[in-house]
Amino acid sequence: MTAPLPRLPRPLRLAALPLPLPPLSLFLGAVTRRMSKSHPEMIRRLGDYAGHRFLIDPVDLPWLLLLHPANATMTAHRRARPPAHDARIAGSLSAFLAMMHGAEDGDALFFSRDLSVEGDTAAVLALRNAVDDAELDLTEEVAALSGPLAAPLRGLLGGAERATGLTLHRMTRLDDFA
Amino acid sequence: MDLTVGPNFFFWEAETIRSFYRDLAATPVARVALGELVCSKRLPFWRDEIPAAIEVLQAAGKEVALTTLALLTLRRERKITADLMDLDLPVEVNDLSALVQIPEGRHFWVGPLVNVYNEGTLRWLIRRGARRICLPPELTLDSVAVLAGAGRDEGVPVEVWGHGRLPLAISARCYHARLHDRAKDSCQFVCGKDPDGRDVDTMDGQQFLTVNGVQTLSQSTASMALKIDDLHSAGVAALRLSPQSRNFDDICIAYASRLARETSGAALAARLRPLVPGGNLSDGFLSGPAGAAWSGERMGKPN
Amino acid sequence: MMELVCPAGTPAALRAAVEAGAHAVYCGFADETNARNFPGLNFTPEDMAEAVAFAHARGAKVLVAINTFPRAGAEPLWHRALANAEAAGADAVILADIGLLAHAAERHPLLRRHLSVQAAAANPDAINLYANAFGVRRVVLPRVLTVQEIAAINREIDVETEVFVFGGLCVMAEGRCSLSSYATGKSPNMNGVCSPASHVAYSEEGGELAARLGGFTIHRTPEGEPAPYPTLCKGCFSSDGQTGHIFEDPVSLDATQLIPELARAGASALKIEGRQRSRAYVAQVVRTFRAAVEAQAAGQPMPENMLARLTEGQKATIGAYAKTWR
Repeated sequence: MTAPLPRLPRPLRLAALPLPLPPLSLFLGAVTRRMSKSHPEMIRRLGDYAGHRFLIDPVDLPWLLLLHPANATMTAHRRARPPAHDARIAGSLSAFLAMMHGAEDGDALFFSRDLSVEGDTAAVLALRNAVDDAELDLTEEVAALSGPLAAPLRGLLGGAERATGLTLHRMTRLDDFA
Repeated sequence: MDLTVGPNFFFWEAETIRSFYRDLAATPVARVALGELVCSKRLPFWRDEIPAAIEVLQAAGKEVALTTLALLTLRRERKITADLMDLDLPVEVNDLSALVQIPEGRHFWVGPLVNVYNEGTLRWLIRRGARRICLPPELTLDSVAVLAGAGRDEGVPVEVWGHGRLPLAISARCYHARLHDRAKDSCQFVCGKDPDGRDVDTMDGQQFLTVNGVQTLSQSTASMALKIDDLHSAGVAALRLSPQSRNFDDICIAYASRLARETSGAALAARLRPLVPGGNLSDGFLSGPAGAAWSGERMGKPN
Repeated sequence: MMELVCPAGTPAALRAAVEAGAHAVYCGFADETNARNFPGLNFTPEDMAEAVAFAHARGAKVLVAINTFPRAGAEPLWHRALANAEAAGADAVILADIGLLAHAAERHPLLRRHLSVQAAAANPDAINLYANAFGVRRVVLPRVLTVQEIAAINREIDVETEVFVFGGLCVMAEGRCSLSSYATGKSPNMNGVCSPASHVAYSEEGGELAARLGGFTIHRTPEGEPAPYPTLCKGCFSSDGQTGHIFEDPVSLDATQLIPELARAGASALKIEGRQRSRAYVAQVVRTFRAAVEAQAAGQPMPENMLARLTEGQKATIGAYAKTWR
C-alpha cells in the first residue's frame, strides 16, 4: 500500500473516551480468550515469550492495552499509569489493525516509524511472527461473542471499515493490495 | 603445544617484509605460513621477497607453508593459486575453491578462513589430504575440544587462533578504497597507509572494527593468553599468531615463554596489552559472551 | 520462464507465496539448523509435511533450508532435519556445510541438494567442487557478483544457478562472516541469526533514536526519519574523521530491471529474500515478481518499481550487479 495509513476519525475517538476501563477490559479479555482458543498454534509459536507482558500503545486512543498471551488476557489501563511490561509497541490503531490482519508488513511499519518498539525486541518479533501466522480476524472474533457490548460493537465494525478505512478483518490472498 | 605464525594480512613494503621474516627466524616459533591472503593486487609489490623469506625461515629450522588467497574471484587468481604448487611446500588453503588446484594425494593445510565447524567436515578434509587444520576463530571451547580430539584420532594437528586482530569478514568490495571514495579497481593501494588496518569506531566513540582492504577485522586483538591451560586440555596442537606491524618478535617470545610455563597468563596479558595496536585484548569467542569480550581484568582504555 | 523462488517464514506465509504465484518456496525448521532462526518463525516437522502437501497440490515446490554449519558434537540435530525434510516430501534441501553435504549425498542420495549462498561459492571452481564431490544440482550465487561474472560462471559449470533479485543485501562473503558473533556471541553460521533481536536495544536520546547491538551503537536516527534495524554491516560508523555507512547503506536489493540480463546470463531461478518478513510482504513481492518473470518470458518490458514501502531505508539498489559497487 502506498497510501498513508488512516488516522482514527474524531467521532470514533470521542466515542471511545467515556468508556470505563473495567467493562472494556472484560470485553478485551473475552476477545483474547477466544482468539487463543481458536489459534492454539499462536501460543505454541511464542514459546518462552508467551509468558511476557506486551504493552500495546495505540497512540490515538486514550488507553494502553496490556497483553499477556500465556494467560490469554488483555487489560486496558490509563495512559497516565502504564503497567509493568517487558516490551512496548506504540503506533496508531490503524497500524496495529493493518499488521494484525496482514494488510501491512510489520517491518515496513517500523521503517516508516508508524510503529515503534521499546524493551525486549526479540519478544516483539516473536509476537509479530506468531500473530502473522495465525491469520487473525477481529470481525470474525467479535461476531462470535455474546454479552452487552457485542451487539453494538458488531454494528460499529460493520460500518466502520468502510467509513474509516481501518482494516477490521483478515486480508485474504484474493484481496487487492493497492 | 607450539606456535605457528599465520600469513600477514596487511600491505607492507618489501623492505618491511624482508626484515620482518629475518627477525622472525630468530624467534622460537615452529612454523610459518606466508603469502598474500587478502588482495591479489598487492602481490607484484612484494612477491620477490617470498623466496628470501622461505630461505631464512627454513635455515632457522622452521617449517614453511604458502597460503592461497581468502576469496578467489578473478580468472588470473587461478594462476596465482596454481603457481603455489610449484614449490615443494605445503599449501595452506584459505578459500575452499583452491582445492581444485591441489592434486589428489598432495597434502595441504587448512587455514582459519575455511569453515571447519564439525567432525564431518574435518574428516572429509583429512580424507582429501589435509594434514594441519587451523580452526575458525569463532568456535567455542567445547567445539574446539571435539574437533581437536577428532583431529588427534586421525593424526592431524588442530590449531586455534592465538593472537591477532580477528578476521571477521571478507568481501568483494574494498572498504579501504571506499573510505577514500574509490572503487577496488582504482584503489591506488591506500591500504598500504595502514600497516595494522584502519580503525572504525561507532558514533559514540566505541572501538569496534578495523578495515584492511576487502577484509574486516576486530579492532581488539584477540589473545588466548588466559586460555592456554584450557586449550592444552582440549588437545590443541598449536596457537596461531597473526603478524602485526610492530613488536611481533617480542610477542612470539612472550607466548613461547607462557607455553613453557615460565610465566602466567595474567602476566602474559599484561605484557601484551601495550604492544598491540589500540591496546585492547579480547578472547570472547572461546568462552563467551561475545567475541569482543575479555575474560580477564579490564584495564586501560574502555571498549 | 525463470523459476521464482520465494521465502516463507511461517505456514501462513508459505500459503500466501504459493497463492501469489511462487514456483518454489523455501523455508526452514524451527531450530538452529537454518539461517533464519528467529523467535516465532519457521516450521515443525508436521508443519513442513502439511506445507509440502499444500504446495504440491498447487504445482509449487518446497525447498528446505538446512544451511547453518552443524555444531561439533551435535551433528545428529542436522541429520534429523535432513531426514524430516525427506519424509515431508521436500523437493530439495539447501545446504552449506561440507560434512552435511557429504552425509546427505551418502544417506539421502535421492534428496536433491542445492548449495546455499552460505557456502560462498563465488567462482566456477568452487561450484564444480561441490557439484562433483556432493552431487549438488543448483547453486545460489553470492550477492556480490556482477551480471558479467554470473554469465562467465554459467559458461563454466553444468549446475543450475539461482540469483537474488529482491530483499536484504549481504555485503560480506556469506557463511564466512563473524561480525555478529563478535558483537553478540550469536552468528549466522552457528546459531542461524545475524544481528539478533535478543541483543538489540533502542533508546530515545536527545531527539534521536539510538539503535545498539550487543552494546555497540549501530545507528542514531533523528526523529521522523525511517529507522533501520541495527544490522551490523549497515551501520553508521566513523573512521579517522569520516562518518557514514562505511560498509553498506541500509538499503535493500531490487534488481527487477535486470531480470532480462540475468536471464541472458544463464540464471535459471530468481530468489526473493525475506523469510523473516510477514505474509503481507510475501504476497505483494511474489505477485510483483511473478508478473515480472511472465513479462520476461513474453519478451515484454519489466514493470516499474511498486515495492518502495517494503524496502529497508525505503530505497533500493541493484547492489553488486553493477561493477561500481566494489
